[in-house]
Amino acid sequence: MKKNNLEEHTKSRMLLFFLSLFCGIMILTSFFLDFNSSPVKGTLGLLLTPVQSGINQVGGWFSARMDYFESNVNLAAQNDALQAKVDELTVQNTQLLQDHEELNSLRDLYELDHKYESYEKVGARVISKEDGGNWYSLFTIDKGSADGLAVDMNVIAGGGLVGIITDVGLNWATVRSIIDDYSNVSAEISETSDTCIIAGDLTLADKGSVQLVKLEDPESKAKVGDTVVTSTISDKFLPGILIGYITEIGTDANNLTKSGYVGPVVDFKDIKEVLVIKNLKQTKN
Amino acid sequence: MKSKVIIFLMMLACLVLQCSVLPAIAIASVVPNLMIVFTASFGLMRGKRAGLLIGFFSGLLADLMFMVLDFYMVGFRAVIYMFIGYLCGCCCQIFYDEDVKMPVLLTALGDLVYGIAVYGAQFMLRGRIHFFYYLRRIILPEVVYTIVLTLITYRFFLFVHRKLVKSEKRGVDSFV
Repeated sequence: MKKNNLEEHTKSRMLLFFLSLFCGIMILTSFFLDFNSSPVKGTLGLLLTPVQSGINQVGGWFSARMDYFESNVNLAAQNDALQAKVDELTVQNTQLLQDHEELNSLRDLYELDHKYESYEKVGARVISKEDGGNWYSLFTIDKGSADGLAVDMNVIAGGGLVGIITDVGLNWATVRSIIDDYSNVSAEISETSDTCIIAGDLTLADKGSVQLVKLEDPESKAKVGDTVVTSTISDKFLPGILIGYITEIGTDANNLTKSGYVGPVVDFKDIKEVLVIKNLKQTKN
Repeated sequence: MKSKVIIFLMMLACLVLQCSVLPAIAIASVVPNLMIVFTASFGLMRGKRAGLLIGFFSGLLADLMFMVLDFYMVGFRAVIYMFIGYLCGCCCQIFYDEDVKMPVLLTALGDLVYGIAVYGAQFMLRGRIHFFYYLRRIILPEVVYTIVLTLITYRFFLFVHRKLVKSEKRGVDSFV
């Protein structure tokens, strides 16, 4: 009996060793091989999509109830914040300045809207958020290659950039939002045409804010409130899609570039429907 | 054979639940990790060998389902889950099945290890060094929520395990 036990013990150790080795090899090969179109994901995705969209209806109801309680809890804090805002807004001069800025940005938006209209778009519903755990800002939408969607198509909602399609199945597609930790978008300041990178950061995702880095602006023309749009030199994002407005800006330690924060126009917390632009960015090949 | 098929089907069901139902009940955008609950519970109930196999396959399925940052790193979760399953299986001898404390402890530890591994491999290596922020914001809330999930699901897993053991025994008896 004891010998049997010992044998069992060595056997499972050997198994552990070989499977670890297998995993190590698989991890290394997955750097070179593309597992994007694995049949497991394809089949499961096909089965999951109807389930997810069904559950999403129920889940939406529950989360609406939960939001109700959450908002009650946050009411006191919000009240204080709003009070401070009221004080701020009573200063006539600031208000006028803000109105002026708003007018300018709305004019910009109007022009941008005309630009969007020339693209072919398709609406889709968000069926699953928090795709793949708590570390990512990915979500799944209910349209896929059957509706003409493909990887690298841009996704917008409410007039602003949401993200990009990273993976597509027959009736679903995964979207990486711009607040995801891995997201980097080549962008430019609309007012000054200076280019920068909009990088998502998990530590900022709660605030719904993104980082603005590598802004080359030697004359310090960029200021808080400026409009950030996707740049013409991006190889995946179509030009001129509104991302958001600068909320904070400062010079980097190297004195050459600037960095700061951008508040996106899209509210990533309750995103339900999105528009997918079916035009892909033109590249050399 | 029959119990293996049942366990595999349960694994698939857990995966489906993990990416459909659980995101809908996320609190503060934190989703509990049902796959770890499943691996740890069955590892604890069925021993080392079963634990490591269950961990390996559930991790492999999760790897094929979910991307790691920008590509599918197949084998990443598989190796972590496998070790969680194996170590839980090692505790199989000191296990009192009515007691829910043991699986809770092991799931919490497993989820903590998983969280730290994900942080280390995918965030720290990319220069995101604020470990305590991630610990406070994601890893620990996930552990707590996973513990709650264990308290709910463990009884069901135990019930299934007992049924399986019963039918296995009956199978052996009928051969004799």
